[in-house]
Amino acid sequence: MARIDLVDLAHSYGGNDAPQETFALKPVTMTWRQGGAYALLGPSGCGKTTLLNVISGIITPSRGKILFDGQDITPLSTQKRNIAQVFQFPVIYDTMTVGQNLAFPLKNRGVPKAEIDRRVAEIGRLLDLEPYLNRKATRLTADAKQKISLGRGLVRSDVAAVLFDEPLTVIDPELKWQLRSKLKALHRELDLTMIYVTHDQTEALTFADTVVVMHDGRVVQSGTPAELFDKPAHTFVGYFIGSPGMNILPAEVKGREAKVDGHVIALNRSYDNLPAGAKIEIGVRPEFVDAVAPAPGLLSARIERIDDLGRIRFARVRLGEARIAARAPAGFTGSDGNAGLKFDPAHVHVYADSLLVEGAA
Amino acid sequence: MDKTVNQKAWFLVLPVFLVVAFSAVLPLMTVVNYSMQDTFGNNQFFWNGVGWFKELLDPSTDLGGRFLASLGRNLFFSLVILAIEVPLGIVVALSMPRQGWTVAACLVTLALPLLIPWNVVGTIWQIFGRPDIGLLGYTLNAMGIDYNYVSDAVDAWVTVIVMDVWHWTSLVALLCYAGLKSIPEAYYQAAQIDGASRWAVFKAIQLPKMNRVLLIAVLLRFMDSFMIYTEPFVVTGGGPGNSTTFVSIELVKIALGQFDLGKAAALSLVYNLIILIVCWIFYTVMTNAGVERKAQTAKEPAAEPKPAGALQPAPALTPKEGVA
Repeated sequence: MARIDLVDLAHSYGGNDAPQETFALKPVTMTWRQGGAYALLGPSGCGKTTLLNVISGIITPSRGKILFDGQDITPLSTQKRNIAQVFQFPVIYDTMTVGQNLAFPLKNRGVPKAEIDRRVAEIGRLLDLEPYLNRKATRLTADAKQKISLGRGLVRSDVAAVLFDEPLTVIDPELKWQLRSKLKALHRELDLTMIYVTHDQTEALTFADTVVVMHDGRVVQSGTPAELFDKPAHTFVGYFIGSPGMNILPAEVKGREAKVDGHVIALNRSYDNLPAGAKIEIGVRPEFVDAVAPAPGLLSARIERIDDLGRIRFARVRLGEARIAARAPAGFTGSDGNAGLKFDPAHVHVYADSLLVEGAA
Repeated sequence: MDKTVNQKAWFLVLPVFLVVAFSAVLPLMTVVNYSMQDTFGNNQFFWNGVGWFKELLDPSTDLGGRFLASLGRNLFFSLVILAIEVPLGIVVALSMPRQGWTVAACLVTLALPLLIPWNVVGTIWQIFGRPDIGLLGYTLNAMGIDYNYVSDAVDAWVTVIVMDVWHWTSLVALLCYAGLKSIPEAYYQAAQIDGASRWAVFKAIQLPKMNRVLLIAVLLRFMDSFMIYTEPFVVTGGGPGNSTTFVSIELVKIALGQFDLGKAAALSLVYNLIILIVCWIFYTVMTNAGVERKAQTAKEPAAEPKPAGALQPAPALTPKEGVA
């Protein structure tokens, strides 16, 4: 177990001389604390897997350093790093039994037999693999195989971190829930640092205490699920997290007022020092916009449709060119096709060039 | 539903029937006919029943002795070349490059011996090994090694075996290479993570993943070497003495050398039967292995591709799990 520091770490598949915009992983400096449950969240191709493979040593980074407990391990090979990784598709060793599969990482490191047996039995119990331990691993179903892969990742008690690269892709949705809560329980029980890569926000938000959102090779925000929801640091985070995502509207902001489509929206904070020439937008989650009957003083919009999600209804409205999702309170039908929008000032954020601007109180 | 009865349809099968009859059934029956008789030439035949077959399986007779001895040589030869070519082929496949232009260069080089006709291979080695003008034979003798495949049985065996290894190891190597290439990268990465040594990677991943192609390689090489004729015939002519006389060479000697049609016919039938049985055993083993694999893959759902990258939030019926 260790704290992992990434210092100015970057990777380019095209070599270090390639222009920085083409880097698969743009320079990042961050710390993963010991025993944390992290999720690396982002769309496919945003550099999550690259970052993971750099940490595990499968890829040597083009620049920067990785420290485990302050020790530079960048030049070390995967075998010498104390790290476990579980891949997207199950990897099992065909000729071995389930138990031998679980024991393989320990055997390779010369762990005494008694200790191996103890660990294999423990992991077998935790993953409900006990009845299969003496069976050949080839004959099992895909999810049992993936459990074996997970088990091989968890079997070493001394690892700095366990990395999961979208490990539940091949699993049926129903089993996904079970396995994910199992992983969460294992995290509490084993006190390991876990980094979980996924493009599924539900998976990320349920698994992790800290979610790291990546976009286009950059880490755009790292925080608790509540932070990501309440205060997205980047318009991408606002848009990517939550369904429907945050409404982002181009606006003119001055002091405590934002002007959208000629209409003034009140802000809770004062924004006087916005960078000149930047693209100014306001962002507000659909949960904090109410679609009500049109009234003077409210921003009026045209209703396109109303989505009923069971617990909650969202009105999809149109404001000039922009599309907005807004909460539709019970009883609101919008039958005439028009709605007035009521913003909750406490939850309207201002973004300059996609980055969150903290206003003055 | 009633089947349409149309006996005229048999005429459509007739051409195939005739071709097979003239190309396979009639010659085979001629051989069966010969195997039951003895001839002293002049087209005079005498009924001998199963006499030749009895002799064939009795080592105390001349025919039986020759047959069983050559059969033993054949089995020994197959065993030796398998024991050399299979491990060597694996080693070659493992050391081949995985990418770049060298892959094509390696593949072409390896394929070259496979493209050379059998009797040309024989002629190449026959000249190559000659102590007077052959590069190999002359060099060995100049180095003080007494090498002469015409007079020394061990030298003859070594020559025939080395020739076969030279000719056919490529086949095993190419098959193994195909098997190796089909192993997904994730296996190697997982093995790295698991701290596996080079040997452990070979034993736990590469060898098990290659076992299907290895089975095919062993099969092909066994059948081929069991029926070997041309190369040893061209190089040693079965000699010195009878030391490299394999069943096929013995057969030709009896049939065309001594013109003992009855003995030769009986021998060729038994030889044919052995090959058929071995074929059938291998075929059964292979199909069973295939069925097993199919049943296994059927259980695994096809791997879903990751959804394409999108900026849209994932549509979910229950919004905000874990948030709020």
